[in-house]
Parts: sequence; C-alpha cells; structure tokens
Amino acid sequence: MKPFFKVGKAKLKFHMVERREKEVVEEIPLPANVTLFLKKTGSGSDNLLIRVGDRVKTGQRLLRIGEGDSYHISTVTGTVSAITEHTGYFGHTYPAVSIESEEKDQWDDEAGGVGKEPTAENALQYWGSLPGEPDFASLLNNTPPLDTVVINGVDKDLLMTTNQLMVKTEIKALTEGIEYLNKLTKAERIILLVPTTLGPLAEQAGAEVRVMEPVYPDTLPKLLMKKVLGKIVPAGVRCENLGVGFLDAEAVVALSKALSKGEMCVSKTLTVIKKDNTLVNVKARVGTSVKDILEHLHIETDQGDRVILGGPMFGHAIHTEDLPISYDTDGIMIQDKGRIVWNSDTHCVNCGECVRACPAQIPVNMLVRLLENSLYEEAAREYDMLSCIECGLCSYVCIGRIPVFHHIMLGKQEYDRIRSAEESNE
Amino acid sequence: MSNRKLFVSSHAPYWHSRRSISGRSYHIMLAALPALVMGFYHYGAQAIGLVALSMSSAIIWEFLMNVLMKRPTTIGDGNAAVIGLLLAMLLPATTPWWAILVGTFMAVVVGKQIFGGLGCNPLNPSLVALAILLLSWESLLDFDTRLVNYDLPFHMAYPLTALKNFGVSVIPNYSLFGLFMGQQSGGIGTAFGLGLIIGGLYLIWRGHIRWEISLSFLAGLFLTALLFNVSDPGSYANPVFHLLTGYTLIGAFFLATEDSSSPVNFIPMIIYGASAGILTVLIRNIGAFEDGVVLAILMLNVANPILDKIRPKAMGRGMEHA
Repeated sequence: MKPFFKVGKAKLKFHMVERREKEVVEEIPLPANVTLFLKKTGSGSDNLLIRVGDRVKTGQRLLRIGEGDSYHISTVTGTVSAITEHTGYFGHTYPAVSIESEEKDQWDDEAGGVGKEPTAENALQYWGSLPGEPDFASLLNNTPPLDTVVINGVDKDLLMTTNQLMVKTEIKALTEGIEYLNKLTKAERIILLVPTTLGPLAEQAGAEVRVMEPVYPDTLPKLLMKKVLGKIVPAGVRCENLGVGFLDAEAVVALSKALSKGEMCVSKTLTVIKKDNTLVNVKARVGTSVKDILEHLHIETDQGDRVILGGPMFGHAIHTEDLPISYDTDGIMIQDKGRIVWNSDTHCVNCGECVRACPAQIPVNMLVRLLENSLYEEAAREYDMLSCIECGLCSYVCIGRIPVFHHIMLGKQEYDRIRSAEESNE
Repeated sequence: MSNRKLFVSSHAPYWHSRRSISGRSYHIMLAALPALVMGFYHYGAQAIGLVALSMSSAIIWEFLMNVLMKRPTTIGDGNAAVIGLLLAMLLPATTPWWAILVGTFMAVVVGKQIFGGLGCNPLNPSLVALAILLLSWESLLDFDTRLVNYDLPFHMAYPLTALKNFGVSVIPNYSLFGLFMGQQSGGIGTAFGLGLIIGGLYLIWRGHIRWEISLSFLAGLFLTALLFNVSDPGSYANPVFHLLTGYTLIGAFFLATEDSSSPVNFIPMIIYGASAGILTVLIRNIGAFEDGVVLAILMLNVANPILDKIRPKAMGRGMEHA
C-alpha cells in the first residue's frame, strides 16, 4: 500500500476498504476522563452552561453557540473537572471541557432531540454535534439556499476509511438518513458520492449516485465541485456560496439513527494507522484521549515519534497523546521517528515539481518566494494564493523539502488578518 | 523538567515523495557517466584528473563561500559537484589546471553564490564559467590545438571548427554513426552522443529533468538546421550533423535543463527549448562562433523569468463571486 505516481501528474491512490475480507470495528471502552473541544463558534459571545464541579448527563448541553439556538453537548455522564482554553489550528481558541466520566451513561432528557421531527430548527438545535461534524448552519441557513447536497461516501484524506465503511456497513441507515435529509433541506439534488467499487451498493440508497476513482486530491471539496459537478469555485469562495453543501456519510448515518432509533451517536468511527501502515478501524467516545485509544490497541509510541489527528496529507500533528479526538477526527496516524522527513529552509530551486503537482494550477514556485518574504497581499493578488485548495501536494513533491503548504496556510491566515484590520479601519 | 513524552509536531503533509536535491544531483552525475567514461577511454588519466580537479575545486569554492558568507554549508546537496562535473565535461582534456580553478570559481562564485546560492542563480553556472573562459582565453577552447597530441583512431578535426572554416565539404570525413558513437574530438563528456542520450533518457524517466525542454531544444535545432540545409545544401550542414556535433546533446539533456535558470510551465518550456535550439543554429550557421549552444542557452536563461509569466489560469482566478 505505497503511494505511487501516475505518469505526468501527482495522484495518490486511496486505501480501499473492499480489499479486506471482513470489516472489524474495534470498540474502545469508555475512558475515565474525556476532554471535549468545543470548536464551533458563532456570532456574539458563547455561553457556557456548566461550571467546574457540575454533574452532566450524556447529551446534556454544555455551551450555547453564539446568539443562535445550537449547542455543544456532553458525550459522557460525569463530573466536569476542568474548563480551559485551547488554541487550535489557525490560532482559533475555544473552550476545552474535561469530564470525569461514570461507567454508566445517563441520558439527558433532551439528548439529541431523539424522536423530533426532521426540521431545520431541530437540526440546528440538536444535531450539530454528530460524528462527521455536519455543518447544519451553513447547510440549512445558507444564502443563497443550497440546491445541491453532496453526501460524501469517499474519504477526504488518504488512508481514511470512515465514510467508505459507513456506506459499506450502514447502507440502510444511510438510506433512511437521505430520506430525512430530503425533508430537512430544500435542496433539489441530493448526491451520494462513493468510490467506484461501492457504486452498485450505493444504488439502494435512493439518492442520485455518483461514483469516482478515489484518487487524491480529487476527493477534496473544491475538486469534487469541478470533477463531479462541473462547477469551478472562484478563488477564496466557499462551495456553499455556489449552492452546494457537503455532508459526510457518517453524519447522515448518525442523523438517521438519532431520528429513527432514538440512539444519539456520541462516538466517532476512525481509522488508526500504525507505524507499519496497517489500519485498524475503531469506534471511540468523542473526547477519548489518543493515549487511551493507543493503549487499548497496544500501540506503543516513543518520544520523537509523530502522532497525527487525521490523515497523512492534511491532518494535524499533536505534541502529546493527552489530546482527545473530536467529531471530525477521521483517523489517528502514528509515524515512527525514523520515518519522519524533516523540512528544510533551502531556497526554492525552481524544479517545478509543485507547479506540475498543483491541482489548482497555482504558480507555486513564485508563490513560495513571496510567502517566504511575507508578501501576503501580493501573493494573493498576483500569485493565486486564494485558489489553493489545501491538498498539500506541493509539500509532498518538493525536492527542497520546503514546507510549502505551511507557508500557504500561514499566508492565508496573515492575509485574513490584514484584510480584517483594513476593514475595521474603514 | 517534565518527563512527559513529546511528539514531533509540524504542519501537514506528513508524507513526502522522499526525493531531495542531493538525490537529484547524484542522479545527474550518474546519468553523465556513460558519456564521461567514453571521454576517459579516449583521453585517459589526464581526463580523469581534470574532472576530479574540477569537481573538487567547485566543492571547495562553494565551501569557502559558505564560510565567508556565514551561510549553512551546502556542499552536501551535490550541486557544486554537478557544476564542476558539467564544466569539466565541456572542456578539452588538456585544459591547464589554472583554467579549471578559474572556471569553477566563475561557475560557483560568480555564477551561483553571489546571487544567493542554489535556486537563486539566473544563469546556468557551468555555462557562465564556460562563456567567460571562451571570451577571455579563446585558445582554451580551440579543440584542434588543445588535442593535437592525441592520435585517436578517427578523424580528429573538431567537426564544428572544420565546418566553420571549410564549409560542408568536410562533412564526408565523418560518418554520422561514428559521431553518434563518440568518434569525434571535443570536450571530455560531449562527444559520445549515445551515452548522452542514454543519460538524458534516464533523467527524463526518473523525472529529474523536464522532457519538454530537451525535446523542444532538439526539435528547434533540427528544424532550423533543416531549413538552412534545404535552402542551400552547398553552404549549410544537414541537421543530423548539427544534432551530433558540438555541445548539442549535452546542452539538450544537461545544460538547458538546469532547474533554476529554466522555466517550469509547459508553454514557456517549449518556447525556451525551441528558441535555444533555433538560436544555436543561427549562431553556428551565420554567427561568429563555431558552436552556439553555450550562448544560446545563456540568452534564454536571461529570458526565463519573462517566459515563465505565460502560465495557465489558476483554478477560480478572476471569477466573480457567485
């Protein structure tokens, strides 16, 4: 299962779930302590509904997001032991709530709006915290209203298998979920996107089925827009602005279970990639620390290894295994310290590998020169920084081992900062 | 101090193609070997000594510049060795030691380091050095006088000099197959056409050079030479002769393809290669110099930044917000 190149363009093949005989999903036992990252923020200030020392039930609301009517919920029953602030990717800060969990779940009466009608209000109020992290706010309240919802049965990053697994093992729930979605949204088209091999199976689901070769980076939203829907997303614009929303198959399955069976899904299915690149599918309570998962699987890590939340192309490396998994953690990847390729600070040698690898035709060789010199506005204006779809192939192919992707993300962050500073000056 | 286990953190991606600049340099040196070995076979130990001196002095110049400029030591990336190697391949086997030292100084220091090192050089360093040697000491690159003491089992007159001085009447002295198999005088590593092509194809196959540049260079040169030849066969050599003599093949596969000084987009690469090929024949056929490869590639190196402005539209660029 080595990544390989097709002649001409950089394309990385996906790991396919079918190659394996049987799908085993290992359940991780409920840990003694969970930490919940309350990542989503709204407009206005968020309201914490609990304090340290409070006892919370599973499904109980922890935080009201902004002024709206959506909430973060607890995934366990237990006592709140700490509330701290965590700084995540892109410098976003959000509350981290630690809860000492009790063995037996006590469900909150309101938990997950089980049995509620599939309406937009209920979706926002109850089902914002589902595995796969559905963004109902942009899915339902978008202007213009979405005309197409794409249910992603393909996994975005390499080696990830969650969504494929959902299509393969939960096709009934998926079918029901699609019915609910039909009632929920005003979208005219609901498209179920699956890898070629799952095509026949997906036909049962009652949605418009599209199949694709799961080749990286075609699985990223903006390339899906181009290749599956034939729409080019303008630079710096979200897919939702063109009336297309994306939902993970996992989220649809979870939604369907909440509505039909009254089971609120507080666990995340994810792929653990061991040092030897073998995969294990696990299901763990959201908030479980990476350490608990690895210990259960008897995976040992050493100082200096790399542990990644997510996949190899755009996951996030973490510095300690005490950090928890979230609703959007599709995988945990362990890399042996001997396998780490270190970045360097050499100049760009202008070999052009990145230019040929870039799926968005960005002149990366020029862009990186500007970004190295902090010319962020010029980078956006002249060298198409905002066209970047964040696939990471430029860094992957760079023979100078320049952290190109890192440069671009920093550039985007700084560019946003400059822009918002300018706007507030006006 | 906490004894907590810490992991290595960095930004995505966490996989890498595992290719490197040093790897590329070593592959280029490897690819140069077939042509080089033929040079060693023809010119013996003197050629080996010259190549060794050239490579080592290039590395030393680079190291000295690293120290002087208080920059990280970069000799490990192998680029200095490649520069020294390519320069030596272009020179006749009897080049005096001081000319090698001057040449590698010009290549590494003037051609590369003063611009900021690898990746910042606007021109091909080896060619900068060769052009300076050519213009300063013309006799250094007069292959007929420099190689007068060698009596190899083929026609020893340097083909392009003979062509310049005596016209197309000299062409029957050479068999095209012989030229292809290295039976001509010239630089240490420039004569063996087959070896250069094998090396070039290897580099293309491994993706270390861009085929667009090599192919368009050869096509530009061939077509221009063909036009000249068709218009007046009595004055201008046939295109195959141009392909197999002088620096044509080493230029196509090893010189024009230098990363920093050549374009990366498709159309610019084609324009760059083809223009260099056309210019080469123009210099050879109607210019003052015997061989035009060096100056033609240098000219196009200069044009490279402008050429590379011709590029495909980035995805979603300049579109109205929906």
